[in-house]
Amino acid sequence: MQLTQLKPTREDRPAFLLVGALALVWIVAYNNLQPIADWLTYTLLGLSRESQIGEALNFFIYDVPKILLLLSGMIFLITVVQTFINPAKVRAAVEKRGAGVGNLLAALFGALTPFCSCSSVPLFIGFVQAGIPLGITFSFLITSPIMNQVAFVMLLGLFGWQVALLYLVSGVTIGVVAGLILGRLKLERYVEGMVYESKAGSKPTQVLEEQLTWTDRFERAADSTRDIVSKVWLYVIVGIGIGAFIHGFVPEHALTEIMGASAWWSVPAAVMLGIPLYSNAVGIIPIVSAMLGKGAALGTALAFMMSVVALSLPEMIILRRVLKPRLIVIFVGVVAVGIMLTGYLFNLLV
Amino acid sequence: MLQIKVLGPGCANCKRLEQEVREALSDSAIEYEIIKVTDYADIMAYNILSTPGLVMNETVVSAGRIPKRPQILEWAKQFQQS
Repeated sequence: MQLTQLKPTREDRPAFLLVGALALVWIVAYNNLQPIADWLTYTLLGLSRESQIGEALNFFIYDVPKILLLLSGMIFLITVVQTFINPAKVRAAVEKRGAGVGNLLAALFGALTPFCSCSSVPLFIGFVQAGIPLGITFSFLITSPIMNQVAFVMLLGLFGWQVALLYLVSGVTIGVVAGLILGRLKLERYVEGMVYESKAGSKPTQVLEEQLTWTDRFERAADSTRDIVSKVWLYVIVGIGIGAFIHGFVPEHALTEIMGASAWWSVPAAVMLGIPLYSNAVGIIPIVSAMLGKGAALGTALAFMMSVVALSLPEMIILRRVLKPRLIVIFVGVVAVGIMLTGYLFNLLV
Repeated sequence: MLQIKVLGPGCANCKRLEQEVREALSDSAIEYEIIKVTDYADIMAYNILSTPGLVMNETVVSAGRIPKRPQILEWAKQFQQS
């Protein structure tokens, strides 16, 4: 990357001013959410702090704007970072490394960039055709769906940065380790032939080089923030609503027996339950958070969430275009085992 | 005539890109045709690593994102002449 691309120009000044002003507003708003929520529930509506409805409503009024603010802020930041990452450059960087470092790079790349599953396929083909080992390509393919940026932000908002970081580290670790294992298994024959034969780059096409200014980067970040927030806000509200209900009305420790760390079978059960669930990934996190408050173990809850986010039927249908059924089964199996191990690990540690 | 190709297997973003292209060019006098390339093998021929991809007269102008309408129009004007 050239350094000139990093240096803001005079034309970028208004964009920087705007982003700075918005950041200020964001900070002030974010730091005053609790007083506002308290005032609304206890003063304006006159509800008692001890009442169940008061507690539930306060939780809801505090959490909804908090999560929406965090989502907007973080997605904006993440997208700005993403404008510096280009799949072709990552491929070139991974190509030079062997197993190990290559797996790590591929997994980090998968964690940082959001790809809808339909976009994972061209990337998969592009990696394989460049001669990148299957194991390294799988490190990307596994981490990419496990690490969901919206899920990351929800964890950050509802459980704190430690848990969000643990989510990131374990997601990348699963990707690296699973990729290393899959790489050892010599699975090339289970990749659809079309991947190897396809006419990649056969057309004498030119590609337009793009030079992004900071204004462009901010604009793109604003676009994708608007895009993502408009897609998920309803799930967030419904999810937090259900979470608030559980928070206020379900007795404490109600879930300890079925979802606590002592119930060994709860982790695999949570993973199995998570596989068919997909579309509600975002809405499920606040529910999981409320479950935690009632005695569910963190590892079990995280395993459930990762499984919901990473393994889904639509994803498998798309992967079927490049992988034979047997490899899809192995893929799902390895990822599911990785998630379960993470779940147990968290239950042991926390 | 400007030949525009939308590269993508038919996911939501690819459909949106096609729509954006039509919107961007609706008020212009540019004559164009849109070809949807949905087969992965054909998509990969353009050497892109992420979809949706936008191709004008066989030049990949963008990949992995949905460009803004003014930008699409600008490219269309630029490639119409070539």
